[in-house]
Amino acid sequence: MSKIFRNQIFIPIAALLLLAVFNLIMDPSFFKITLGYNSAGDPVLSGYLMTILDYGSELAILAIGMTLVTAASGGQDISVGAAIAISGSVVLRVLCGRDHHAETMQAPIIVAFLISCVVAMIFGAFNGTLVAFFKIQPMVATLILFTAGRSIAAWINNNELPIVNEVSFSYFGGFIPGIPIPTPFFIAAACVVVIFLVLKFTNLGLYTQTVGINESSSRLNGLNPEFIKFLSFVILGLCVAVAALIKVSRLSTINYSVIAKDIEMDAILAVALGGNALSGGKFNMTASILGAYVIQFLTTTLYKFNVSADALPAYKAVVVILLVVFSAPVVREFLSTQWKKITKKGVAKNA
Amino acid sequence: MKENAILEMKAIDKVFPGVLALQGVDFTLCEGEIHALMGENGAGKSTLIKVLTGVYPKDGGQIYLKGYEKPVIIRSPQDAQKMGISTVYQEITLCPNLSVAENMYIGRGAGAGVNWKKMNDDADAILKSLDIPAKATQQLSSCSIAVQQMVAIARAVDMECKVLILDEPTSSLDEQEVAKLFKLMRDLKARGVGIIFVTHFLDQVYEVCDKITVLRDGKLVGEYEIKDLPRVQLVSKMLGKELDDLSDISGEHKKFEADPNTPPVFEAVGLQSDAGIKPFDFYIQKGEVNGFTGLLGSGRSECVRAIFGADRVLTGSVKKDGKTIKITKPIDAMRNGIGYLPEDRKVDGIVGDLSVRENIILALQVLKGFFKPFSKAEAGRFADEYIKLLDIKTASADTPIKSLSGGNQQKVILARWLLTHPDYLILDEPTRGIDVGTKVDIQKLVLKLASEGMSITFISSETDEMLRTCSRMIVMRDRAVVGELTDEDLTQSKIMSTIAGGEKKDE
Amino acid sequence: MKKKILAVLLAATMVLGLTACGGAAASSDGGDAAPAADAGGKLIKVGIINNDPNESGYRTANDKDLKATFTEANGFQASFAYSLKNDEQITAAQKFIQDGVDYLLLSAADTAGWDSVLKDAQAAGIHVILFDRTIDADPSLYSASIVSDMDKEGETAVNWLKSQNLSEYNIIHIQGVMGSAAQKGRSGAVDAAAASDGWNIVTQQTAEWNAEKAQQIVQSVIDAGTPFNVIYAENDDMAKGAVAALDKANISHGVGKDVIVMGFDCNKWALQELLDQNWNYDGQCNPFQSQYILDVIKTLESGQEPAQKTIIMDEKGFDATTITADDVNNYGI
Repeated sequence: MSKIFRNQIFIPIAALLLLAVFNLIMDPSFFKITLGYNSAGDPVLSGYLMTILDYGSELAILAIGMTLVTAASGGQDISVGAAIAISGSVVLRVLCGRDHHAETMQAPIIVAFLISCVVAMIFGAFNGTLVAFFKIQPMVATLILFTAGRSIAAWINNNELPIVNEVSFSYFGGFIPGIPIPTPFFIAAACVVVIFLVLKFTNLGLYTQTVGINESSSRLNGLNPEFIKFLSFVILGLCVAVAALIKVSRLSTINYSVIAKDIEMDAILAVALGGNALSGGKFNMTASILGAYVIQFLTTTLYKFNVSADALPAYKAVVVILLVVFSAPVVREFLSTQWKKITKKGVAKNA
Repeated sequence: MKENAILEMKAIDKVFPGVLALQGVDFTLCEGEIHALMGENGAGKSTLIKVLTGVYPKDGGQIYLKGYEKPVIIRSPQDAQKMGISTVYQEITLCPNLSVAENMYIGRGAGAGVNWKKMNDDADAILKSLDIPAKATQQLSSCSIAVQQMVAIARAVDMECKVLILDEPTSSLDEQEVAKLFKLMRDLKARGVGIIFVTHFLDQVYEVCDKITVLRDGKLVGEYEIKDLPRVQLVSKMLGKELDDLSDISGEHKKFEADPNTPPVFEAVGLQSDAGIKPFDFYIQKGEVNGFTGLLGSGRSECVRAIFGADRVLTGSVKKDGKTIKITKPIDAMRNGIGYLPEDRKVDGIVGDLSVRENIILALQVLKGFFKPFSKAEAGRFADEYIKLLDIKTASADTPIKSLSGGNQQKVILARWLLTHPDYLILDEPTRGIDVGTKVDIQKLVLKLASEGMSITFISSETDEMLRTCSRMIVMRDRAVVGELTDEDLTQSKIMSTIAGGEKKDE
Repeated sequence: MKKKILAVLLAATMVLGLTACGGAAASSDGGDAAPAADAGGKLIKVGIINNDPNESGYRTANDKDLKATFTEANGFQASFAYSLKNDEQITAAQKFIQDGVDYLLLSAADTAGWDSVLKDAQAAGIHVILFDRTIDADPSLYSASIVSDMDKEGETAVNWLKSQNLSEYNIIHIQGVMGSAAQKGRSGAVDAAAASDGWNIVTQQTAEWNAEKAQQIVQSVIDAGTPFNVIYAENDDMAKGAVAALDKANISHGVGKDVIVMGFDCNKWALQELLDQNWNYDGQCNPFQSQYILDVIKTLESGQEPAQKTIIMDEKGFDATTITADDVNNYGI
């Protein structure tokens, strides 16, 4: 048992349990899930838990890429929010063509999505080039896109706000008719499956961690650390494109200045909440993804208790403080020895 | 205190947990003297300097300074500076983005009010008097490394320093820059400054120094006038082998007969990397064990790094089994069946947070390719095999390598390369910092592997280890290959005289 | 070192590329405003300081309107400067004064800090006209101020809501960024009505003009099962977010349905929603100040002072039951 305290996944699970217990005490109806019908007459499940699964999806997808970037480069990409704006803008630009309120889509959704993937990966490659080949601190390198991204997004659509009127486009951020579980959850699940298959059937995990832990050693073992770092940013770009599709699909439109605002901080927090060192190296993908849903759990809980949206960052700050405290080796060592004492006493009593 | 001595350190002790870093070391520096402090790695040179400059508190002994009646206590580098002891390090510790004058006066101004004109004028005067080619208002980073070092010296001189410590100042300088620096050192000597010169370049010691103090294993070996200590003697004192004792253990060297019909396993002509070594030629036969020897910093590691493609190769051509190949990065060398166990285990070898298993399979995995990971079972089999073969002491294959002892970490890295079944394996200091038992194990393994047909280049600071394993030794001095020894030449004394070289010049 | 320089260059080209593209996009609008100066006469130089047009749809429309009006064809030589930061705007104003513009048009990022630069303008004989936003400075320093009355926008909306005569009012009130003029004006009216008419505010939270946050807030109320029948969102984006949450839970909204949806700003797409009877009300926040500014400039050019210093623009509230397709085209932004 004392080992659990030292295990990485302990942090997000403990946080999740804490939130769950809190809600259970305050209002057990938090966990109620009901089956209803949406305005199109299709069955949907609703309830706070579904909301968490729904809205936590973009974050979970981003957490995948952010974990790899963190592990390989020892830094974080702060431009993902801006990159989502760009990528979402590209989707809408392709779908709507020149007419911002086109009645019919000018291109199939898959084409729009693939183009946005390419664009997002190019911007990821831009960040990756600065970090890997020009050796610029990741946060500084991505500051460029962080600053310029939303203007680029607006420019792509000539500052217009395109709206997609096609119903099928809203499936990605809503429900597919006949399936009562929100689509974003399926998309996130697909991404999770893909990344786990990739981690299992390639050496992405081993290479990324090796580069992050000891770059000099990785080179002497035949790896190309620059390329691995570069690759991690490109993968994050792909995650950004997927998250952006969900984001723009939710409302079938975009607002360049506020879409996915501050999501980079949540994504970084998810990685940290997963117990991964923000200085890079070893990572645990499951813990990061769990971390993303914990953050959404927290957000939804706060909304439920009518905490105003502009106060949310303050609560997240508290989480950060707790994280820092609990991830300190001293504290975890202390917890584990305390646990040993408790269990020993228990054993002694039983005997 | 001795007449005209400005610094006397007596019976200095320094203990680190578990290690006696300095044991009763005496050191005397006179006015107007350039005094070389010599010793191999871990001899205690830098500890002694750090005690003198107040970085470490001493655990025993006294330090006397001219002008102080009682022994002085130096608590911090600032203390040391106030007492007239200044240090110029190998890496420039100045601020490259400030001007030369600012660097000379930084941290010494009397509060906020700075008279810029006076400061610049003063600086120019000092620079001129020391004949340093720099202007006070110039940005420091626009000067060459040598000039930057001279500025650091000028700063020390202006602080009325009596004792100037130069810690490896010439490592990153070219020959002309070294000459300029020596001129400045001689100027200062004429002014009565005592200079402690730490270097591993023998030629430079004999060019500029008056006296030599040799340390070994934290103990004083002796203080010598330069004219009384020929180079061979110096080397033998540094390595701790008396010449006379050594001449007779030459007998049991390895004979190696290469098959004349097969080309060398590896051959290099005119190889040079960006790490500052002179171009060198090299070859190794199938089943041969050879080695690079020389003092620390002589370029042994740089040579093998160039072979492996770890440093950027500038010129030269290489052949593997008689076929011309191109090695620009480590993976090229690995694909050609070359393995390299690096000198610095912590920095270049282990991947600390990863498990023993992952560390063992790493090189083979990289060779196998990105899309073909070993299954956990396969990796586990490899790991278990080598843990058993090399007797690696670890709780399990899942234990992070950083929690293993140094010797076991080294065995893991060795396992990593053995697993790739290389034709040619380079071992750079495989026995450094590990216990005696493991050292012997590794030497035995090297001989066994060679007998099975592997070619091995073995580098060690301990010459007897190399004598026991190598059938041919390439000797290096001051970043160039200066000789090659085989058969009956493989003796301590012959090695040492080759390392020392240039005897005639000193006469 | 070389690599760093390269990196900076890379970044610089990227940014330059951006500004170049922005410039190209902006000049494409045609003008439909009345000519202000005599044809063939000297061009009137105007310096226009505005907030970043990417800030919102309102600002985009506002910028477009100004660009379409102050054209050479209409007798103007206009220079534009954009910033969301007060100090950068002040620097731009100083530059315009040095360039010797005839008119300085200003939508200030912040209300304070403008005194000295406006005095400089006055000394140089430059007329200053404020639009969209007021500042804390002596009125003698500017010729006119053309603004929206946010309080009135709120009152118009709340009066409309009162006129619906619902049997009970359970309102989800989604606010803009707290402390902004629009939020204060639009929230104030609801608070007052809730106090006087006993309306029940189910929840009152800021979604910071953000559709996603609005969606989550409404989702949270739906998940909690609290009944409500009015959504009062302080801009169109947030109303859209709220409606997305309603659609998901199959709660009907619009004319004659369960929930009344109210928005602000009159985006074209929002008015279309009204026309389709999906929403009930949209309050205008008029971004088309250029005609008012033109009138002021005409008056000043003829040597007179404008009749009033503060000009409040006409702003409408649209009801889904009476809106026409022409309204959508004329007033949509």
